[in-house]
Amino acid sequence: MTARNVRDADVLVLGGGPAGAWAAWSAASHGARVVLADKGYLGSSGATAPGGSNLLYLPPDAELRERAVAKRMAGGGELSEARWIHRVLDGVYESLALVERWGYPFVRDEHGEPLRNHLQGPEYMRLMRRVVRRAGVTVLDQSPALELLADRHGVGGAWGLDRLTGAEWEVRAPAVVLATGGCAFLSKGLGCNVLTGDGLLMAAEAGAELSGMEFSNSYGTSARYSTVTRNRLLSMATITAADGTVLYAGDGVLPRDAIARALLDGPVHAVLDRADTAEKRALLRTSHAVFFLPYDRRGIDPFTQPFPITMRFEGTVRGTGGIRLVGDGCETSVPGLYAAGDAASRERSHGGQSGGGAYNASWAICSGRWSGAAAARYAATAGSRARRLAPVGAAGLRSGSPDTIDTASVVAAVQRETLPLEVSHFRSVTRLRRALAAVDDLWPAVLQRPAPGVRGRVRSRETAAMVATARWMHTASLARTETRGMHRLAEHPAPDPAQRHRLVLTGLDRVSVRTEEVPA
Amino acid sequence: MIELVSDSRCTGCGICVKVCPTNVFDGAVGEVPVIARQGDCQTCFMCEAYCPADALYVSPLADETEHVDEDALAEAGLLGSWRSRLGWHKGQTRLAAIDTTPFLHRVEPVRLDG
Ligand SMILES: Cc1cc2nc3c(=O)[nH]c(=O)nc-3n(C[C@H](O)[C@H](O)[C@H](O)COP(=O)(O)OP(=O)(O)OC[C@H]3O[C@@H](n4cnc5c(N)ncnc54)[C@H](O)[C@@H]3O)c2cc1C
Repeated sequence: MTARNVRDADVLVLGGGPAGAWAAWSAASHGARVVLADKGYLGSSGATAPGGSNLLYLPPDAELRERAVAKRMAGGGELSEARWIHRVLDGVYESLALVERWGYPFVRDEHGEPLRNHLQGPEYMRLMRRVVRRAGVTVLDQSPALELLADRHGVGGAWGLDRLTGAEWEVRAPAVVLATGGCAFLSKGLGCNVLTGDGLLMAAEAGAELSGMEFSNSYGTSARYSTVTRNRLLSMATITAADGTVLYAGDGVLPRDAIARALLDGPVHAVLDRADTAEKRALLRTSHAVFFLPYDRRGIDPFTQPFPITMRFEGTVRGTGGIRLVGDGCETSVPGLYAAGDAASRERSHGGQSGGGAYNASWAICSGRWSGAAAARYAATAGSRARRLAPVGAAGLRSGSPDTIDTASVVAAVQRETLPLEVSHFRSVTRLRRALAAVDDLWPAVLQRPAPGVRGRVRSRETAAMVATARWMHTASLARTETRGMHRLAEHPAPDPAQRHRLVLTGLDRVSVRTEEVPA
Repeated sequence: MIELVSDSRCTGCGICVKVCPTNVFDGAVGEVPVIARQGDCQTCFMCEAYCPADALYVSPLADETEHVDEDALAEAGLLGSWRSRLGWHKGQTRLAAIDTTPFLHRVEPVRLDG
């Protein structure tokens, strides 16, 4: 094995989706020496790059903003904080002007006003790579982080593998930003198979807390054979159950419950027949263009030929749970450790609901900027301390056990207890109890030795992270004995005013839950 | 899943090896990469978008492999079609510059997320 490649930095950013890119740019703009490591490639990797994002782009009009904030407070089950929603609305508005200045060609309306409420993923993330590199950031592609390093002062770096060479890398930095995205359990939603909860596991091992893990039950709709889970254009569809019942007639909000129930009974078909003129079809084709790619390649005209659809589990990706944030700079409860984007708990702005308003991509930008700036400031004051860093993890990494993790079978087992609609869409106490028991039983399996080779080592760690994330999700979901935001329990179908609090989780071998009041 | 690396089109630039989010390809610069871990492909089409030689084809089928014929794909205009849609070939207008998403509300019944 080659020697570990060790370098120093002020700020280490793990993950190169939008949150990591903005964090790295922001830290570098505040004078920090920054290294960014991505499992894949900054520009193509993560949930944004292959498709794109609708964004919150509200002019700074006091009344518009107040209305948006009130709507979000209600939609999020009264778990958000008005001040944080305002911060996101302000932050994204300002940031999108920067994106345009950097060269993103936003279209304009008849009056010449730029329309900045959507970013095409490939273009956006290719641009962000250029911006990050121009800011002087060192980018390590194909470099999954495996574990954090820490000492009594807090976190001080991380190490991982270079997948192309097999060499180990280590970056020592007084401030680390976790921007590794959410956890979608390898369900093949668009761009989501790199999102296995690695950052959540790394944070928990360092002693950080998780919050909102019950808000983790979203599914993206795609053609049954395809990965393309961008959903918006389905509002132009007619959707029909196997028995011919029309589930949706292009006239309102997609009835996800009815679609999910029908999927349990047989195939469900959609056809975009509400786009009934050539003009409308042309308009759709140059909007969410990636939506059409699977049909065009199958020789299907989605405007006239019904295609079968499915729902792919997205876990925390289009949920709101993640690493708990304790300060305006996206600080976690562990000194030197920051979290941004989908890796962080988004409850402070979104509450218990991420859908219906383009909040996640906007949050990725803002939390990225805030964490990068705060990490740079922290590094400037804490940077010169002598450190005695040691790795803080175990699961999927090293073990005294003679046995090796069977990653394929553990992944299949954790998927059985997370992906099915019966488990995560139609949440019930009885089914979740069984699922939690099953994923708890998987924990010892990931405490065995990692599988060999670069792929084996990375997959072992991802497997451990998915098992841990499933345990946190199911634990939190059972602890919230009500229906609030996107979380639902069949036995408790209404909100319980006594549970208007957040659920904070800690621990790996033993998971514990406490409640936290929502700050006014 | 990724189904084709065209020997005749590939220039061995190594870009696909570098940009694949799930590390599906093996191969050094100067070589035609091999699809070493097809089962890890997440069908995100990013390798195709980045391939300057239109040498790759990602089938839209997420869970099963599909036999493809290079000549038929070329004939159907599918090789390089996603890169072309994005406007990433030389001289093309970028999709982002003609993005109609901001006008979707004119035809939509209701705005959905995602
Ligand atoms: C199909 C789809 C459509 C969506 N549409 C919208 C929308 O219209 N509007 C909206 O607001 N939101 C939308 N979202 C959500 C939005 O895409 C995400 O909120 C956003 O991408 C989050 O950014 P991020 O940087 O936190 O994570 P990601 O973009 O997912 O990036 C995470 C990065 O971390 C890397 N990584 C993971 N593990 C490691 C590791 N161990 N070491 C190093 N790097 C690692 C990954 O390779 C990846 O590059 C959508 C999501 C999906 C799946």
